[in-house]
Amino acid sequence: MVIDLDKCTGCGTCMVACAHENNLSVRPDESDIQRKLTWMRLYKITKDEPYPKTEVSYFPRPCMQCDHHTPCVSVCPATATDYDINTGIVSQIYTRCIGCRYCMAACPYHARVFNWWDGYFPRGKGLENYLSPEVSVRMRGVVEKCTFCHHRLMRAKSKAYAEGRRELEEGEYVTACTEACPAKAITFGDLNNPEHKVHQLIKSPYAFRLLERLGTEPKVYYLSKKDWVRKMGDNYLPGEFKPVTPPKA
Amino acid sequence: MQPFDVALFPENAKRCSLKLFIAWTIPWVVLLLWGLVSAVLCLWKGLNQTNMTDYFAFALWIVFDLAVIALGAGAFFTGFLTYIIGKKELKDIINAAVLIGFICYSGAVAMLGIDIGQPLRGWFIFWHVNVHSMLAEVSFCITAYLIVLLIEYIPIILENRQIQRVRELKYFGNNLHEIMAMFAATGTFLSFFHQGSLGGLFGVMYARPFDFRGGFYVWPWTFFLFVLSAIAAGPCFTILCTKLTEFISRKKLVPDRAVQTLAKISAGLTCLYVGLKIIDTLVWAYKLTPKAGLTLMDYYREGPYGIWLLIAEIGICGVLPAILLIIPKVREHNGWLVVACLLNCTGIVLNRFVFTVVSLAIPVMPFDRFVSYWPTWQEWGIALALVGYGFLLFSLSYRYLPLFPKERELNP
Repeated sequence: MVIDLDKCTGCGTCMVACAHENNLSVRPDESDIQRKLTWMRLYKITKDEPYPKTEVSYFPRPCMQCDHHTPCVSVCPATATDYDINTGIVSQIYTRCIGCRYCMAACPYHARVFNWWDGYFPRGKGLENYLSPEVSVRMRGVVEKCTFCHHRLMRAKSKAYAEGRRELEEGEYVTACTEACPAKAITFGDLNNPEHKVHQLIKSPYAFRLLERLGTEPKVYYLSKKDWVRKMGDNYLPGEFKPVTPPKA
Repeated sequence: MQPFDVALFPENAKRCSLKLFIAWTIPWVVLLLWGLVSAVLCLWKGLNQTNMTDYFAFALWIVFDLAVIALGAGAFFTGFLTYIIGKKELKDIINAAVLIGFICYSGAVAMLGIDIGQPLRGWFIFWHVNVHSMLAEVSFCITAYLIVLLIEYIPIILENRQIQRVRELKYFGNNLHEIMAMFAATGTFLSFFHQGSLGGLFGVMYARPFDFRGGFYVWPWTFFLFVLSAIAAGPCFTILCTKLTEFISRKKLVPDRAVQTLAKISAGLTCLYVGLKIIDTLVWAYKLTPKAGLTLMDYYREGPYGIWLLIAEIGICGVLPAILLIIPKVREHNGWLVVACLLNCTGIVLNRFVFTVVSLAIPVMPFDRFVSYWPTWQEWGIALALVGYGFLLFSLSYRYLPLFPKERELNP
């Protein structure tokens, strides 16, 4: 996944689409942000300078689907979270999760959320009619996370299989947030496939990953031409951050 | 007039009246009841009864767990010294050490049962085990070691005067005593690994620079530091508990030789631990932290946790007790020994607190913010129930079992 932060307007459609697609439960009072179920979270960042130089940008943060020695997968005592070597997607088995929350402690992105309450889908208000049959609802006491809409991958693969194809076309499988973004800030595809747009995008000098130097190897890339935004993507010692020199016209 | 339950006392032992004993247990029973109400609420309504959040995935209970497991290390280590190394004088304190260990471990396991979101699935750790997880190793070893502690505690229960009258039970107890060395060795092996894995739990979190450490093969340095700190502070806690019992019962219960042997061994280990901890802290601050693009002071940018924590943990509760314990004159002074042990135990609790709460409080993403946490009364209830349970079981054991074999000899 590649997210162009210069295009992101912070509208939050990705969060809504994600919650809707993945049967995320709601609470009567959603003001408790630290216990809110959100797979895609939007962080607002500001340039630390006074007016008129003030600038605002937004960081949509899905699960980074870390690659090498995934921090959460290696720590789970009950093998309730797994890394698929074929797709690179980090999954969560809700019915196996014991709720020890070690994975949440190990994830520096806060991409994992805990079900502090039982799922709540108020009946009589029509909300239950919107539940997706492709995604299981979660019970109290388990951890959940963004799965890159894994059910959409399954659906696309089934369709391709029915049509006698082994490979998926670009765009055949995209996440709900990608599809919903009105600014087209999110691009989704196979990072390893040279024909996919994401493969080209990550070669941009403006591409970076969140907390890259920790070695988690996220599969979510960000793009921004603004130095201060890119600097916000990682921790740097004084003088370490190197601004990108714009290519000469 | 003899107390009502005198028939249950160890032979010729003097104990207070039953009324006074019941009055003494009231605060501990109240703590237990508070914990019981909290536990029912947490199990029935869920962990929303706590103030834990997605940021503070581990909180008060894990601090208590880690702390009591470390302090309970006196059991395995005293067992190791008594039965494997052959420090015979420690036989006068081993029963108390085993009981303290049993209280700490059983309490910790019970608390963990409430802490996990799906307690009924606790057995999944064994069934669907991920062998790469430090927590899996901790769970295996703690469960196995709790069974070992139970086996070590049973013969002490069987030494009750009335139980001794039942021939079969008496012989069973005697036989258990004879093979205790084997269980002491098993306990040592299991404890070494889970004390270490508890440290490894944090040291392997490579995406959290505050916790991450390099290491030897699959074990981060925190693995070895946690083992060392536990065997350094565990005996100090055993000493503290016996001193407290002596103070309350106004009797000398353990010969000085046993206490001094433990204190001397603890002194050496504390010195070694503090030395290695200082080296570890320097490597972490000047090598690992800059690698993550941070400076030491970045960890303490926001919130109430500051560099004072390091000074308190390593200086006041590390170097100071190490110095106090290593000087024989100071160690042999009752008051100073208690002060040193108290500081040493505080240091270990502080260390576990730092690794649990402080590490989760420190944001890793540059645009993330510090969030605060304070436990609810339910969390305090369950944590303090462990204290109540400890006092209650220790008091009952002291009253009815020959916990201190030299009691009669020291109080003619």
